Amino acid sequence: MNTATQVLNKSLTPQISARLSKNFTRHLKERVIEFILMLAALSAVLTTAAIIGILLYESYGFFEYVSLSDFLTDTVWTPLFENPRYGILPLVSGTLTVTGVALLIAVPIGTISAIYLSEFASHRVRETVKPVLELLAGVPTIVFGFFALLFITPLLQKIMPELPTFNMLSSGIVIGIMIIPYIASLSEDAMRAVPMSMREGSYAMGATRFQTAIRVVTPAAVSGIVAAYILGISRAIGETMVVAIAAGQQPNLTFNPMDAAATITAYIVQVAMGDLPHGSIGYQSIFAAGLVLMLMTLTLNIIGHITRKKYSERY
Amino acid sequence: MNNPSANHINKNLDEVRAMIHRHKLNDYIFSIIGLLCLMVGLVTLLTLFIDLIIQGYPKLLSLSFYTDFPSRRAASAGLLSALVGSSLVMLVTFISAVPVGVMAAIYLEEYAPKNWFSDLIEINVSNLAAVPSIIYGLLALGLFVYILDLGQSIVTAGLTLGLLILPVVIVATRESIRSIPIAIREAAYAVGATKWQVVYDHVIKYSFGGILTGVIIGMARAIGETAPIITIGALTFIAFLPPSPVTTSAPFLNFEWLSSGFTVLPIQMFSWLSRPSEAFHVNAAAAGVIIILVTLIMNGFAIRMRYKMRKNIKW
Repeated sequence: MNTATQVLNKSLTPQISARLSKNFTRHLKERVIEFILMLAALSAVLTTAAIIGILLYESYGFFEYVSLSDFLTDTVWTPLFENPRYGILPLVSGTLTVTGVALLIAVPIGTISAIYLSEFASHRVRETVKPVLELLAGVPTIVFGFFALLFITPLLQKIMPELPTFNMLSSGIVIGIMIIPYIASLSEDAMRAVPMSMREGSYAMGATRFQTAIRVVTPAAVSGIVAAYILGISRAIGETMVVAIAAGQQPNLTFNPMDAAATITAYIVQVAMGDLPHGSIGYQSIFAAGLVLMLMTLTLNIIGHITRKKYSERY
Repeated sequence: MNNPSANHINKNLDEVRAMIHRHKLNDYIFSIIGLLCLMVGLVTLLTLFIDLIIQGYPKLLSLSFYTDFPSRRAASAGLLSALVGSSLVMLVTFISAVPVGVMAAIYLEEYAPKNWFSDLIEINVSNLAAVPSIIYGLLALGLFVYILDLGQSIVTAGLTLGLLILPVVIVATRESIRSIPIAIREAAYAVGATKWQVVYDHVIKYSFGGILTGVIIGMARAIGETAPIITIGALTFIAFLPPSPVTTSAPFLNFEWLSSGFTVLPIQMFSWLSRPSEAFHVNAAAAGVIIILVTLIMNGFAIRMRYKMRKNIKW
């Protein structure tokens, strides 16, 4: 018995150990690959950390020089002038005005499009329209800037002759058209997630399509629709090229869309186009502006995310 | 028929019929409004495209527009350096974003355990997708241009756009991987494959179409991005070509182009557009046609491919 095992061991050991060693390299290889893949996935975390790190680091230099209360309450933003003033409010007002105009366009049109696509359109219409919306969403923003400055503004000037060449109205309208696809497709997803039985219940009671869409599907999908609006707002706030081209670059504390005014993004572009020395207060000011922009969009994205989570749990 | 209760019923019936009629009319009216709202996007896309062609056709048709450098005179200014610059920047973007994005997606779908760490990565990916593009420009300005001292070069621009489209590639790859049935993986495991063998021989191969779609959509977005490139300070007059990546003598590859100054199509369009002279607007329109054509073709191809794949694959 004992000798038999020994014989067996002796004859098989090289094979077993060869197999085991192969097994070992196999395991090692698997481990190494998993580690490399994890590093790749970690790049997303590193990018976020780098964005926040750079914004905070450069803004820190800015806020050593400018007090936070001046930054938040002063009504003039002229960091590049002889007598610099650092109030972010004019940039925020420009951003909010453009976003407001954009929402006035995108929310009704986007919502109606979504209701139509989800509740009324035939399969064929939906299959044709959705790719077109996707194409529209893929058009580069610089081209929309051209459109705002050299098509929409002249068109508006025919109706309103006193409209200046640079104004927030035309950029707002164009940004509104740009975010229609986002609002429409996200809202449509939310409406399609409403269970069929709810629609059938409504039809069984004799409701028409329109009544079902407005009184049953829309209320049931409301948190998804609101999330779509919030993500649309976040897009509009971060939009850069259209406003940099068509809205003018003078910071201007106004909520009148007929005026020219700079947004946060337009200011960053304007400064970056000039040749500001690294480390100067003007250079740091674009990071402070960027930090405000990042905080605004991040807050909206988190709220949108939470709202959407809430609705997906319901069914 | 003459007794009062029958009259009463008739009257009620008439009322009901009128109500049904009214509600059907509402349905009809809404479907017309819905169609009109859907048309807004399509009409804008068409108007934009036709407007660009009308304004830019004198330039579009002349061959010298594609072979000339930018110039102080509108008539002789061309796109050559922008075409070459865009191609080289896209090359860097592709090389930096695609492998990392695909590997990250594989990790998240196939390897990541359910814990806080994986959640952290997921939250970061979805958050990065919603960060405004100009913020990536600020990151690149602070990190690539100054801290890593890469300057306003092709490699800076390529890496910036790479970071920008990383979430797009990750999300598309994940969706594609997720659609592969678990049975395929189980079959491979059953014959003794390791995890990596399953991933490499099956998961990647079957999700290739979906990955490609995502990559094309991401690259189309990167080609049209303007704001982050302007932010790194690349809006300069470039009337030269970067050194050629391929040389005639050994080692046949040359990496000097990576640190060369550059311009890309949307930047060139922006610089023409921001000049007051009308003559340059013709150039801007022509450049706009090129940009929009490239992005429409890429997006159209990707959307079509995805549609075909959905139709053909039946697991």
